[in-house]
Parts: sequence; structure tokens; C-alpha cells
Amino acid sequence: MERLQGRKGEGVWKSLDWWTILIYVALLAFGWISICGASYDFELAGNIFSFDSRSGMQLVWIGTSFVLGFVLLMLDDRIYDTFAYIIYGIFLILLFITPFFARDIKGSLSWIKIGSFSIQFAEFAKCATALALAKYMSVYGYSMSRMREALMTCAIIFVPIILIILQKETGSALVYLAFFLVLYREGMPGSILFAGISAVTYFVVGVRYADVPMWHIPMSVGQFIVLLLIFLFTLGLLRVYCGKTDKALKLITIYGIGSIVITFCFAYWVIPFDVTWVLLVLSLFIVGYLCYLALRDRVTNYFYIAMFTLVSLSFSYAVEPVLNEVLQPHQRVRIHVLLGLEDDPSGAGYNVNQAKIAIGSGGLMGKGFLNGTQTKLKYVPEQDTDFIFCTVGEEEGFWGASLVLLLFLALILRLIYLAERQPYAFGRIYGYAVMSVFLFHLFINVGMVLGLTPVIGIPLPFFSYGGSSLWGFTLLLFIFLRIDAARNLSKRY
Amino acid sequence: MKSYELEKRKYVIGAMAIGIVLLFIIRLFSLQIMSDDYKENADSNAFLKKVQYPSRGIITDRNGNLLVYNSPAYDIMVVMSEVSALDTLDFCETLGITKEFFDRRMSEIKDRRRNLGYSRFTQQLFMSQLSPEEFSVFHEKQFRYPGFYSQRRSVRQYETSYAAHVLGDIGEVSPLDVKNDDYYQNGDLIGKQGVERAYEKQLRGEKGVQVLLRDARGRIKGHYLEGKLDRKAVPGKNLTLGLDLKLQALGERLMEGKLGSIVAIEPATGEILCMVSAPTYDPRMMVGRQRGENHLLLSKNPLKPLLNRSIMGQYPPGSTFKTSQALTFLQEGVIKPHTLYPCHGGFLHRGFRLGCHAHASPIPLVPSIATSCNAYFCWGLYYMFGNRNKYESVQVAMNKWRDYMVNMGFGYKLGVDLPGERRGMIPNAQYYDKAYRGAWNAVTVVSISIGQGEVSATPLQIANLAATIANRGYFITPHIVKQIQNEPLDSIYTHRRYTGVDSLYYESIVSGMRQAILSGTCRSGNIPGVEICGKTGTAQNRGQDHSAFIGFAPKDNPQIAIAVYVENGGWGADYGVPLGALMIEQYLNGELSPESEEKARVYQNRHIRYGTTAR
Repeated sequence: MERLQGRKGEGVWKSLDWWTILIYVALLAFGWISICGASYDFELAGNIFSFDSRSGMQLVWIGTSFVLGFVLLMLDDRIYDTFAYIIYGIFLILLFITPFFARDIKGSLSWIKIGSFSIQFAEFAKCATALALAKYMSVYGYSMSRMREALMTCAIIFVPIILIILQKETGSALVYLAFFLVLYREGMPGSILFAGISAVTYFVVGVRYADVPMWHIPMSVGQFIVLLLIFLFTLGLLRVYCGKTDKALKLITIYGIGSIVITFCFAYWVIPFDVTWVLLVLSLFIVGYLCYLALRDRVTNYFYIAMFTLVSLSFSYAVEPVLNEVLQPHQRVRIHVLLGLEDDPSGAGYNVNQAKIAIGSGGLMGKGFLNGTQTKLKYVPEQDTDFIFCTVGEEEGFWGASLVLLLFLALILRLIYLAERQPYAFGRIYGYAVMSVFLFHLFINVGMVLGLTPVIGIPLPFFSYGGSSLWGFTLLLFIFLRIDAARNLSKRY
Repeated sequence: MKSYELEKRKYVIGAMAIGIVLLFIIRLFSLQIMSDDYKENADSNAFLKKVQYPSRGIITDRNGNLLVYNSPAYDIMVVMSEVSALDTLDFCETLGITKEFFDRRMSEIKDRRRNLGYSRFTQQLFMSQLSPEEFSVFHEKQFRYPGFYSQRRSVRQYETSYAAHVLGDIGEVSPLDVKNDDYYQNGDLIGKQGVERAYEKQLRGEKGVQVLLRDARGRIKGHYLEGKLDRKAVPGKNLTLGLDLKLQALGERLMEGKLGSIVAIEPATGEILCMVSAPTYDPRMMVGRQRGENHLLLSKNPLKPLLNRSIMGQYPPGSTFKTSQALTFLQEGVIKPHTLYPCHGGFLHRGFRLGCHAHASPIPLVPSIATSCNAYFCWGLYYMFGNRNKYESVQVAMNKWRDYMVNMGFGYKLGVDLPGERRGMIPNAQYYDKAYRGAWNAVTVVSISIGQGEVSATPLQIANLAATIANRGYFITPHIVKQIQNEPLDSIYTHRRYTGVDSLYYESIVSGMRQAILSGTCRSGNIPGVEICGKTGTAQNRGQDHSAFIGFAPKDNPQIAIAVYVENGGWGADYGVPLGALMIEQYLNGELSPESEEKARVYQNRHIRYGTTAR
């Protein structure tokens, strides 16, 4: 018996993916350096290891994360498959009761105080949801094309989302949408992913830039970009589904782009007027033309594309009235906060601007460890949590920041590789779920700091200060590493 | 081969990740290398966010008399990184502080555990609320102290020494306030008690901010983006209270040397005309840097002057409660106004005895109120709780009774717009089931019918009872603030709350209370020319009885409803009635007649001796 266990332990270390561990440790090291930079105080010089400082505390979190990782590797990999639903259920209950016990921290009801520590279950529930999803979708005979199973799959994802929204942590809730990338890998039609991404893009761009005028032309930048996107998406779809040589594609490309450019130039140099009307008419015309083609040539693809364009148009025009008329004021405020419109009444993006200044000041080589001034002067809000990437940009410069991004990319690509080599669907799906969560966090967090995505307060994995998030990500990653390490023990009993 | 098709999707997902990272790197490149704007911004310019404090709203009484206003004060701020070559002794002398204080304060500022937002490069509060005189000395020499700045603030000033409990005070925010509300920063002021706390959001206004640019040496270079990000401070809203300053002043005079409370309400609107809690203190003690010291002193006083007894004191309402009983019995059909009950020295039932004073027997309702007959109300409760035709058990009857009390404003917080209100106590059937393990009946609990036993209420609730009688059947939630500048009152302060007793039945109670003034227990409260209605209360407790009174006037179209409660004051007629009558006279006539003035002086100087034990 003892020998068997010994061999099993050996097996884990042997088949463990050390590349991922290497990247993990490298990211943690970079992360700790950034925390030092962000929370460093000139007064406490040389005291970065003190437990009074955030950098010291972060060391504690990192140390405990290593212990957690080690323990996870020592556990049997099959417990996750076996207990996936139970773990998921427990976390749903925890998420449900959290708002009743949570202390209100700046409007968020997600922190539970246990002893002297505060803990956020939402960070761990990601892992539980990924397990449940993997378990459900890996059942033999599962097919997403059956309504019942598709609905169950969505339910597994959306129940925690709703519970977390009830804790007023909309940002953390949105992370779960990343699991749709997993669904895509497992067979969800690509058009659904495309439609979803388009809808989010229309919404974010449309609302965020609704009231920004385009130079002297009296029209909203948001509306213009959204209509332009719809036009371009239509062209793209025609190209993909009807072939490069399609006649309608050529016609629409030439006349469409031509008319847009001409009217835009006319509005810019001659008489300023609202160009969006031209775009709207043009799009409606395309819809009509495609419908006509669909009837004439009996090509249903034309019809589907026309429908896409029409639905996109109605969606983009419905956003504003729904936001202003249907939603309650407090719901509207929440959406505006999410898009960074509310914190920032001047609209110029003070916070994001500060972040950009901090990053921009880093230059090619950066100012060096602990030498950043912008972040230390507390010009950047949340500089050691959500806006931590500022410090990387300022102190490590372009090279350092790019290196960090490439490390993340390497981690994500490695995870895809690992997921694909799993012999069982459970491991693969879980692996993709882990990858999706990391990708989503990276995309939103760094995008927000760089002023590319809305300001949604979610942490940057391994960088942002805090025990809950670090443990959450470690848990997510090491469970997968443990499952991966067992891939060769294919003889299951 | 479907699975193989799907496996290809890994390339799509991988490409997505690569695309995102590539996009970010391009963006980084354009921010960090292509453009010099940001670098210059950061190198030469740093921002200084200068907070513009709004003036806090002022508070006046119902007649426009100023109660609370602002006067200028100055905070001394320090930027640690700029402090150099400071002549500490000279500095301390200028500010009138000791060297020890200076050292302690400097280390406190640097202590990150206490001062969470500390940065060497931003302004930190060194000393707050200097008076203009103190500040002028400092201002003359300020150029000698690099790194020290001043910030103009305003402090609260109280025009009079009255109504301390109602007005409350402001003080520095606690770390918890800062954590819970993004609006506050260390050193900000926040309402701590009374109206100042309840209407903090309206009074404080909205802080403004100037985003200034400064160069590497800290010199101000003008507004960032030509002031596009600046926000003007929005002044706080002014409040008009329902209080009548003269009435409040008289109330506080009369309550000198006593413990207790006087609350008066305008029945038609629910506005609180006066809210006296004795002992009281001078609100001017709670201003500026002395606040902490004085607050500590007051909180150590065994008579608890900081306690607003009007809403936090919970007393047995005594006989004033009998009015509510009569109304309940009438509405439930237990008695008619002409129903007679015997009283031979009290309520006697199978050996149980609850005493009463000598008067004619048997008597109907009106004289029973006028003479405050205990037995009448005990019999009422006895017959109500014992009526098995109407209520299936004593528990049902008890809870029915409880519903009436709650509808009259007892047992729960009324919802006055002041922090710290208590709810009083109205027992229900479950309470007695637990206390007596189910073995109880009307006789067991009969003392609740005369406002004793388990029943307790705040003086505000007792005054509110007087208001419901004055209104013949409804009340408007009592409130201190009559008007907020440019903002409507909360709708709960404009809506009528009905007691569930027909206005018809109230007339008997009103007659009884009028009778009490003319020939009953309240004779000493009769004022010629004013139709006062009143009811005494004498609440038994461990020591000397509490003296209570409720009343309203005039009888028709009442202008004022009042409750007086004097701890250990003896009979209701000893303090309650005369004090209540003086207050009513003051409010209705706007002044006291010479005789009444003399009487007021007598009561002002008649002090009750209380022990110094904690109460």
C-alpha cells in the first residue's frame, strides 16, 4: 500500500507540466515586484518585507498559495470529477448567503469576515463552476444541440452570475461569461459567439460614446461607430458565407464604402450634418437587397445575413430607449458605473487618463524598481489592486510590460495545449474553462488600464493585491495541473 | 470527424488570445514610445486635487429664528516632503501648542495604520478648526514654515444654548465612515447626533474639487485642462425646524434640576414644537477642538445629559395611557360611554386588589377619565379579555389589544427624523405565554390597562397619543424638520396614520380630559380663556412616582398637543400639570402672563434631589 502511494506521488512530479509552473512562478515574482512598487512608501524605505506593508502581506499570500498548490498536487485527481456537483452546490449556497452576512464595503456585499480576514467567495466559485461545467458537459452522449442540455449548461453558468450580481459585484459576475469560449470549443455554433461579441461591442461602444460629438459634425461617435461596425460585419459575413467572388459582396463593398466616404467628406468639409442617417439608410437598403437576392437566387445565406444586419440595427437603436425608459434609475447608474461613465462626470476619463500618464511615463526601459513617481503619489486610483498594471508600465517600461503580457500569452497558449492533450473530455473542458477565465481577466483588466475596455473592477491574475483572488487563481490552475498530471494513468479502476 | 472539426477551434481561440495581447502591445508601444505627451505630463506636471468645502446648511426654527450657522475656521495642513528647516519651537509657540503635541501629531500622521491615505507628497491634516484669531497669528508667519498650508473651513456656531439634543453636533469622521462612504476623507466633518446626523446628506452639500497642475517643485501652474475637470462646491441645504424657540427655551427652563422630558407636537402637521430632555447641555460646548474633551466629560456624568430622553427614555406611561384604553374598549364594544363600573377603593377580583383613590362609585366613562379611576379601566380590560363570545381565547384578545396600541403609535419606533429612537414596549400574547407558561388571564395582566406593568413608551410616543386625541383619530408621524430647502419632505411626514378608532368615540375622551381640567385631577392646569384638555399620569416605579401629563388645546381645532414627564416628580398634578399648562399658555399666547411668569420661576427653581447612582 505504501509503495503504491509512493509511486503515485512520484508519478505526479514526473508528469507534472513544469512549464506552466515556471510561468506561474515568474508571474508571481513580477506581481510581487509590482505590489512593492505600488504600495512602497519612501518613509518605510527598506521595509518591503514588513507585514505592515502590503508587499509584506502579499508575500504571505504567495507563500500560502504555494502551500495550497502543493496540497492540491498531492490530492487525488479523481475527487474533482466525483465531487464536482457537490462543490458547485456548496459554493452556490455560500454565494447565496453571503449578502446576508457581508459587511458593506463601498457598496459591495461580497466580503465575509472570518476572524481577522475577509474572504470573497466569488473568487473561488469560478473554480466550482468550471468543475460543474466540465462534469456536466463530459457526460457520455452530451450534445449541445439538444435544447434541454443547452439550457442546463447555460443555467450552470448563469446561476452564479445572478448570485454575484445580488452581491453588487457586477464586474466579478461578468467573468463567468468567459465560459462561453469553452462552449464554443465544445461545439456551440460560432455564429452565437460572434453575435454575442457583436452585441456586447454595440452596447459598450454605443453607450460609452453616445454623447461624444465627432469634431464639429453634429453626430454621436458611438452611433457612427456602431453603424459602421454593422456595415463591416455584414460585409465580413458575406465574404465568409457567400464566397470572395460573390457579386453582391462586390456591389455592396464598392457602392457602400463609396457613399460612406463621400458623405463623410461632405459633412466634414462642406456642410456638417448627421452622417448616421446615411449609414442607416444604406444598411436598410442592403437588408432589402439581400432579401431580394435570397428570394431570387434561393440562397438562404443571404437571408440570414440580412436578418443579422436587421437585428443588429434594431438592437443598436433599442439600447438607448431601453436604458433610459425601461430600466430603473439605479439600474441605469449601475450600467453607467460599469462603463466608467458615472465615476467620471467630466467624461474625460480622469482615472484612465491618470493610468495612461503613469504608463506613458515609463517609456522604453521604465523608471526602475521602486522609482515610479506617478503611482507612488497616489494619482492612480486602486493602484495596487485593479490598476496594478500601471506600476508595471511605469517602473518596468515597454519591455517589462510586454514581457508580462507575453508571459500571460504563454500561459494561455500552454493551457490550450494542455487542455487539448487531455484523454478525457472532463479534463479538456476544465482546462479550457481555466484558460478562458485567465484570458477574460487579462483582456478586461489590462484593456481597462490602457483605456481600451470599460472600467470593470476585476483583478489582474497573480498581480493584484489580495489573498482571495490569488488563492482563487492558484486553485483554478493547480486543479487543472493535477488533472493533467494524471493523463497517463489512463487505466482507471 | 466532427470532433476533429471542433479541435480546429483551438486555433481560433489561440488566435483570439494572440490578437488581444498583440493589440495591447501595440497600444503600449503607442503610449510609451510613440507619444511624448504622457511622459511630459508625468515628468513636469503632477496634479494637486484641491478640495473645495461647501458651506453646511443653516438651521432655523419655525419662526425663522437662527439656531445653527457657520463661521470661518482654519485647518493647518502639512506636506511632509516639503517640510525643511523648521524652527519647531517658534512654530509651536505660534500655534500655541507644546513640543510634545507637535512630535506626537507628526508621528501620528506618518503612522499608516491610523492614517490610511498617507502620502508624503499630499496635504495631511495637522491641526483642525483654528479660530480666526489663532489663525491670523499663524498666517503672518506662514512663509517661514515651508510645507505648511492652511485651508479655510467653516465650523458650526449655535445661536442659543437650547435644543442641544435635537440639533446634535458635527465632528471629525471616524475611520469607519471613511470606509463606508467614498465621499468622506480623513479630517472631514460629519453629523454625529440629532438633526446634524439625520440630515447629513442634505446639510453637507457636495464637495467641489479643483484639479491643479504643479511642477516638480510643487509650484502651482494653473488648472488642469483649463479647469474642465473642476467642480464647484454645492452648498448644503438649509433646514427649517418645526421647533418654536421660545417654547423650547421655556421648556428647558422649567425642567432645570429635574430629569425627564417635555414634547409638544402640532397635531395637524405632526411637527414637533419642542423637544426638551433634561438634563441638557449647551451645544456650544460641542464645537471645535474642545468637542472631544467635553463630550467625554458629559458621557461620564451619571445623570446622562447626552441621552435624549424624549426618544430614548422608555417610561411607564401611567394613567395617561387610560385614554388609549377607553378608546379601545369603545371601539371593541366592551363599554358604552354610559357604562358604569364600581370602584370601592380599587379593582377587586377574587382577592386580587389594585388600589384607587376615593371618589364616587359607580361612575361612567367621562368622570372616570376626569378623576383617573383605576378600577374603571381594569374592569374594561377584564371584560374585554374575558369576552369569549368575541375572542376565542385570551391570547386573541391580547393581540387585538396590542394591534390598537401599535396603531396608536406605541410598541414600535414612530419613525421620527432623529437617530437613536427607541421603540418602547407593548407586550403581546406570546410574551405572556412565555412569562407565565401559558397560565395567565385578564387579571394577571390587568395593570397594563393603567399604563403600568410591562408597558413602556417614550415621551414622544406619549405626546403622539395626545396628538391622536387632538386629531380625533389619526396622527402624522412626528418630525423635527418642517422644511428642507428645495426638497420635499419624506412622504411619511405628510401622510395621516389612522388609529382604527372612530372619531365619534374620541369625543367622550375629549370630554373626559376637559372635565379633568375643570373639576378633575388637572384642576391646577386651568388657564382662563383657553380650553385646555388634559390627563394626568402618576407612574409607579421603584423610587418616588414619576409625574406625567398629556394635554392639548384648544379643545376644538387644537394647536398644540403635549406630554410632560418628570422622573420621580410625584403625583401627575405635582409637576406634569403645571408645567404642561405653562407650556400651552406660552405657545398659544406667545408669552406668559405675569402670574404665570412667577409660577414658571417657582418651578424653575424647584429641583428634585436625585441620587448619584447610575440611572
